[in-house]
Amino acid sequence: MSGGEVAVVGTGMHPWGKWGRGFVEYGVAAARAALTDAGIDHTDVGFISGACTIRNGYPGFVAGAAFARALGWSGARIASCYAACASGTQAIAVARAQILAGLCDAALVVGADAAPKGFFAPVAGDRPDDPDWLRFRLLGATNPTYFALAARRRIELYGSTPADFARVKVKNARHGAANPHARYRAKVTEAEVLASPVVADPLRLLDICATSDGAAALVLMRMEKARRLRGPLVRLCAAATVTPRFPDPVLEIPDVATDSRLAAEPPETPFRASIARAAYEEAGVGPGDLDLAEVYDLSTALELDWYEDIGLCPPGTAEGLLREGATEIGGRIPVNPSGGLASFGEAVPAQAIAQVCEITRQLQGRASGRQVESARVGLAVNQGLFGHGSAVVVRR
Amino acid sequence: MGTRRVSAAEGWFTVDADGPHLLGTRCAACGTVHFPPEHGFCRNPRCTGEDLPGIRLSRRGRVWSYTDSRYPPPAPYIARSDPYEPFTLAAVELAAERIIVLGQTVPGVTVDDLEIGREMELAADVLHTDGEHEYLIWKWRPRAWGAGGVER
Repeated sequence: MSGGEVAVVGTGMHPWGKWGRGFVEYGVAAARAALTDAGIDHTDVGFISGACTIRNGYPGFVAGAAFARALGWSGARIASCYAACASGTQAIAVARAQILAGLCDAALVVGADAAPKGFFAPVAGDRPDDPDWLRFRLLGATNPTYFALAARRRIELYGSTPADFARVKVKNARHGAANPHARYRAKVTEAEVLASPVVADPLRLLDICATSDGAAALVLMRMEKARRLRGPLVRLCAAATVTPRFPDPVLEIPDVATDSRLAAEPPETPFRASIARAAYEEAGVGPGDLDLAEVYDLSTALELDWYEDIGLCPPGTAEGLLREGATEIGGRIPVNPSGGLASFGEAVPAQAIAQVCEITRQLQGRASGRQVESARVGLAVNQGLFGHGSAVVVRR
Repeated sequence: MGTRRVSAAEGWFTVDADGPHLLGTRCAACGTVHFPPEHGFCRNPRCTGEDLPGIRLSRRGRVWSYTDSRYPPPAPYIARSDPYEPFTLAAVELAAERIIVLGQTVPGVTVDDLEIGREMELAADVLHTDGEHEYLIWKWRPRAWGAGGVER
């Protein structure tokens, strides 16, 4: 299956951090940077695709319009996408489809968030029909609860250790130290990770990504138009958002129980592995073709799971790949050269777009201080709550 | 006492004379068990069943994974105590239903008391009170743990 290709001609970000301002301000800064990078005016964009943030009331729910209004109404076509952590990929996918359908030549994709400190919490109010509200009310089950349940399974199944998890943080912190958009720019030692307070056993504070403000934006363009621009042509050749297949036997946020496996066996390919597989199929590439990957390291342990889920190594062997340095910059297949969520923190609707910004800049040879040499193919992968798998493949 | 005990998860959980029970539904067409209870449609994509009578789930299962909560969760969680005391959570697989159900453990159980595969049984405990009501929730208790939670 081929979904068709469009060009990524502009990238822009607002630095991640806790800045105390509104998400629109961050989004507009990222959008302007992406437009400048592409060398086009906002009014030349035929489609504006906003990734929604649920923490900002109506403007956040209609993010496409919030950004379009702030940039100055231009009469562009518009969409607003909510898919939790996959919102950014959906916003990209919708914009790409508009271009491929011939409905516009250039599209602007923007995601931005202003996240509260501490744990993510559900939308306020008494809402007993909302699974996200219920898991907090009934169980006190925060996001790290679920990260920890998965980490414990990894320890049980594969003999992973807290030191293995710490090594992921050490690697990503080293990568992020060279990234001007990252929130955390300090190198970290294994001992520091292992001395940080336990949040949800076996995970410690430095195993878990922070919440952050931040923004990212892309300008996508029809291939024929992009060929006239200067610089290397970077192609978006897959933007896949897939659902799990029933019965999914893994306990996922925000559920209090899994599907029952009573009437049907789980699929051969687990959900997270199916996300990358869909993107590979769409792009016509495989894991062996990758030069780098950006994966959703909500926790250090989860990054190890992703190595296996995206096909870099067989199940149970991710620690070996990490230890031999394969996933560091300079290694065979660098993972999270941006520094990942470990260095950025979560700004939910922006993060998947930020992953694509990073890969694009890597493929353009513009990732100063953290450049993966001769990078030609990159995968960005993440998983949004409520069954939104999300993956993007970009290549030179 | 002056307080009335009610389920904090109405329709999901009950405590009666023979103890606490999780309440699910079972599709009459394909047999899939749903917890929390699903009404009106079966979530098996190969099934169009719409008749989902209520069932009581097994009261014993084995630990699939576990963790704890060292920092207080945000609202709408209501902490049991001030200052905050960490609690433990266990995801428990019920063999007959082939389903994994997450719950807090009864007070006193720590991660050091648990291991994957350990047999657990359902208990009831007070999640929080508002002066008029005690809101009950299901909790997991290691088998042969002794007392823990509330009895009715």
